[in-house]
Amino acid sequence: MSSNTESSVLNAPKAGTRWLWFHKLSSPPYAYRTSGVLRPWFLWSAVILLLVGTYGGLLLAPPDYQQKDSFRIIYVHVPSASMSLMVYVVMAVASAVGLIWRMKLAHALAAGCAAVGAWFSVLALFTGAFWGRPMWGTWWAWDPRVTSELIQLFLYLGFIALRSSFEDTQRADRASAILAIVGVVNVPVVKYSVIWWNSLHQGPSITLTGASIDSSMLWPLFVMLLAYALFFAAVMCDRLRVEILKRERNASWLADIGAKT
Amino acid sequence: MQPGMLQLLGLIVGRDLRLAMRHWDQVIQPLLFFVIITTLFPLAISPALDELRRIAPGVVWVAAMLAALLALESLFRPDIEDGTMEQWTLSGQPLSVMLLAKTATHWLLSGLPIVLMAPLVGSAMGMPPSAWGVTALSLALGTASLSVLGAIGAALTVSVRRGSVLLALLVLPLEMPVLIFGARAVDLAMHGEAVAGPLNLLAALLLLFISLGPFAMAAAMRISVET
Repeated sequence: MSSNTESSVLNAPKAGTRWLWFHKLSSPPYAYRTSGVLRPWFLWSAVILLLVGTYGGLLLAPPDYQQKDSFRIIYVHVPSASMSLMVYVVMAVASAVGLIWRMKLAHALAAGCAAVGAWFSVLALFTGAFWGRPMWGTWWAWDPRVTSELIQLFLYLGFIALRSSFEDTQRADRASAILAIVGVVNVPVVKYSVIWWNSLHQGPSITLTGASIDSSMLWPLFVMLLAYALFFAAVMCDRLRVEILKRERNASWLADIGAKT
Repeated sequence: MQPGMLQLLGLIVGRDLRLAMRHWDQVIQPLLFFVIITTLFPLAISPALDELRRIAPGVVWVAAMLAALLALESLFRPDIEDGTMEQWTLSGQPLSVMLLAKTATHWLLSGLPIVLMAPLVGSAMGMPPSAWGVTALSLALGTASLSVLGAIGAALTVSVRRGSVLLALLVLPLEMPVLIFGARAVDLAMHGEAVAGPLNLLAALLLLFISLGPFAMAAAMRISVET
């Protein structure tokens, strides 16, 4: 359980410093310090944007002509649903980086992602159910998008279950990394389910070519999306620090920090 | 002498088939399980053929999926337990090819019998003869995909204590797209509609899984073997 600080410095390429940041990032003390510095920035900008987005979404945006005030759920539902997918992609990419470059910190990041992503999925499903009750007349519909979001949640839970069934952290890391990468096939299925299948869920309102909703309703949504992403970043800083503490509990640099604070 | 890749495939398929011949009782079990599960539905829902006909595609597919899951338990475990798998990882031969060969044999022994039995089970649930071909074809493409996905899961969990529940938890969510397209193809065939779409998608999924799956299997197996 020793620190890999020295080895990552030794492995640094001789040619140029282009990859230096990458190798620096893989050093636990550096990552521990950096995430500690970044965390308040992420957190406070997320809080401010959440307040702005909530104010814009609940008070400034006009009611929808068809769905009236219930459309306002999108300011919670859409960001959490899109985050549930994005977190999975982050988790899979971190897993791949961990497997390919044997970077322990990437595995720590992936491990931290799982629970957050699972909660985003739960939030998306719950807010969807609350919206579905007045709009579709039912709490739950076996609609392709709803079902595939549920599968997404199961994938997160499977990842967590697989991790917890190994006692050795390194084996847990690599086994769960393979699962995360294989599970990536579900992400496009969720994303395009409304287009591929004839779905009860409404089609995408925002595409690359433009949005089908009015800008007064749109800008709070973007603010909320950004706020959720920043909130995720802030939570990940914390989770990464906890993971580092767990993994490096016997490392000498931690004792140095502990002596100072 | 180093065997070529095809020779290696042939050797492993031959070995596994020979091993299976000596344990016929174990090979038969998933098939029995498949038949028994489909028997539960008429008992639980209604013996009326009209009602059963409606759910027949789903029942056949879910039963096939569960039977495939049950069969995974014996895919790698014996080889891990007697040390064969350790020898394989050290042999210098491509582990992905060897595991693909094992998976292919596994499908021949557990998937193919289900494919052949499915039209019979389906007809017992009121499926019209016109849908039998599509049922068998969709299951042939689908169960092969299930075998590859299942093999990845089995390789990941084979060293875990009480891994079988975990295996189901990991593999079933991944298998759901296969189930969706498979059951849909059978459903379309029963209503006399064009089935090319879902069948093509099933075939595409199978190609994807066969081409990328073995690498995931090999990586997972290396983690499971080292202790």
